[in-house]
Amino acid sequence: MNAPKTLYDKIWDAHVVDQADDGTCILYIDRHLVHEVTSPQAFEGLRLSGREVRAPKQTLAVPDHNVPTDEGRAEKIEDINSRIQVEALEKNAQDFGIEYYPVDDIRQGIVHIIGPEQGWTQPGMTIVCGDSHTATHGAFGALAHGIGTSEVEHVLATQTLIQKKSLNMKVEVKGELGVGVTAKDVTLSIIGETGTAGGSGHVIEYTGDAIQNLTMEGRMTVCNMAIEGGARAGLVAPDDKTFNYVKGRPHAPKAAAFETACAYWKTLKSDPGANFDKVVTLLASSIAPVVTWGTSPEDVLPITGEVPSPSDFEGPKSDAVERSLDYMGLRPGTRLEDIEVDTVFIGSCTNGRIEDLREVAEIMQGRKVKPGMRAMIVPGSGLVRLQAEEEGIAEQLVAAGFEWRMAGCSMCLGMNPDQLSPGERCASTSNRNFEGRQGRGGRTHLLSPAMAAAAAVTGRLTDVRHLM
Amino acid sequence: MDKFTSLTGIAAPMPLVNIDTDMIIPKQFLKTIKRTGLGVSLFHEMRYDPDGKERADFVLNQIAYRTAEIIVAGDNFGCGSSREHAPWALLDFGIRCVISTSFADIFYNNCFKNGILPVTLPKEQVDQLMRHAAKGANARLTIDLEKQMVTSPDGENMNFDIDPFKKRCLLEGLDDVALTLEKEAEITAFETRHQLAMPWL
Repeated sequence: MNAPKTLYDKIWDAHVVDQADDGTCILYIDRHLVHEVTSPQAFEGLRLSGREVRAPKQTLAVPDHNVPTDEGRAEKIEDINSRIQVEALEKNAQDFGIEYYPVDDIRQGIVHIIGPEQGWTQPGMTIVCGDSHTATHGAFGALAHGIGTSEVEHVLATQTLIQKKSLNMKVEVKGELGVGVTAKDVTLSIIGETGTAGGSGHVIEYTGDAIQNLTMEGRMTVCNMAIEGGARAGLVAPDDKTFNYVKGRPHAPKAAAFETACAYWKTLKSDPGANFDKVVTLLASSIAPVVTWGTSPEDVLPITGEVPSPSDFEGPKSDAVERSLDYMGLRPGTRLEDIEVDTVFIGSCTNGRIEDLREVAEIMQGRKVKPGMRAMIVPGSGLVRLQAEEEGIAEQLVAAGFEWRMAGCSMCLGMNPDQLSPGERCASTSNRNFEGRQGRGGRTHLLSPAMAAAAAVTGRLTDVRHLM
Repeated sequence: MDKFTSLTGIAAPMPLVNIDTDMIIPKQFLKTIKRTGLGVSLFHEMRYDPDGKERADFVLNQIAYRTAEIIVAGDNFGCGSSREHAPWALLDFGIRCVISTSFADIFYNNCFKNGILPVTLPKEQVDQLMRHAAKGANARLTIDLEKQMVTSPDGENMNFDIDPFKKRCLLEGLDDVALTLEKEAEITAFETRHQLAMPWL
């Protein structure tokens, strides 16, 4: 009998082209997503060496990082450097025969939103992109991770990567989540538990009933931040929810092919007794709505908590906390609920899907954004935007005082006009609270869409359970 | 890619933990279609004040470290974004080696594609090298990749582990796309098998 395998082992084994004696493998890549910021140098490298894109049909390109999110952007992108990058992507896609969604295409959006939306992302695949949040696609039981630009070039030229296998890690979340606790709270709480380097060298499989009970959108939120826990990738074993999500989407297999695929997809789960090198277990009942207070995603606490003191930590982390409290303009002992914010950002590849917007709409029912606040909603794709408009969510949220923007990465990374000014404080559904991430001197508190909506209502970090 | 064989140079101490790639090269400098010219923007927000003036207290602005070729860093260096602009900026500044207890996965891989050697050592040894680095320009470290050895200014040798394939690529400055394309026949054969096994792809 064969040794029991993890889900990661199975996907890995199905994609090894060649293995050297030292364990270095050539791993086949089924799908490659390309965006404007990390690909120009890769295409330039191809041209300089006279190489072609090996599998243009397995490659999809879309601009998302630096595109503005105002309605006039289809006419002209004002920032010349951004415009050059977007034009370069368009030309590269054309020259090499790659499917491309321009900014005025309804399918345009954040690369990790549109992959699943188009049925491009499927269980059992290997998927890469020059972006660390590629881990998102792991929610479908696909091995998906970020790569650098040299590796983008390597995949374009060879449709493979040179890799060594990572270790297996299991993160199990047992039981039922409480009221007001969402997938974002789960993923942030896991990082709070393991630290930002806790998953280093590992691929995480998220298991347990709290994970299984999440929707596909929720699973994507969890896997999206696997990278913030230091892991190469995050995975959730596919199930009926996954198959139903994929079915009928433009790039999904059709009719009999779908049934054949589905039969294989059902084998994609860790065997009983499979070996995990590291196991972390959390009780769903112990997870509260959380926010981050510092400048690392591991700086996370339940909203009922207080800003910690550097003396609560040891060694270099203590120095880092001192630095981050100074940057964040926070004093130890301040109740998290007393922290006032002036900006609310709802969007990103972590929380820019339709379910996230529904979560916001539910909290905003009969409520308004506090006067004077800047509150923006940036749907993850043109299709999410359209769906929210059809469901009446857009109209409701605009009436409540939100800005309703076009799709893109927006304020998650401030490479486009959507940025914080120095000292501005933002309740943000994005994934990174690093210094300067949303704009130089900007202060970011990461939280769920429901918690962001609560902050928009009160003008401070707020326990969403008070509003439920 | 430039080879990396051995290096003796000034090491700048950066004990902060979790130095992320947004710190190494902030987002506004990613709007380039080139790999070069990023050195002046390395660590931009730590290195310059909002008016663009150098901050005197930042390590790479101090006379002793302006020509540093090595960084000794706190845990989990290079976490966050996958941007290869981070190693490009380090290289363009002149950094060829970073020493830490741990590195984020994508950053670590990106270094090897650009002739930068990331060296992982146990905490006690990194702490010791950090103390040497803090002494300034006279305290030079030597890194010998062939021997997998860091030598401190007082002559102590510290061995480090490195993946043999990555080591060879750095020592010889190999183009790994060309290496992989030597296996072209295997890739084509795999594609045929894969298509038969998973015809829906």
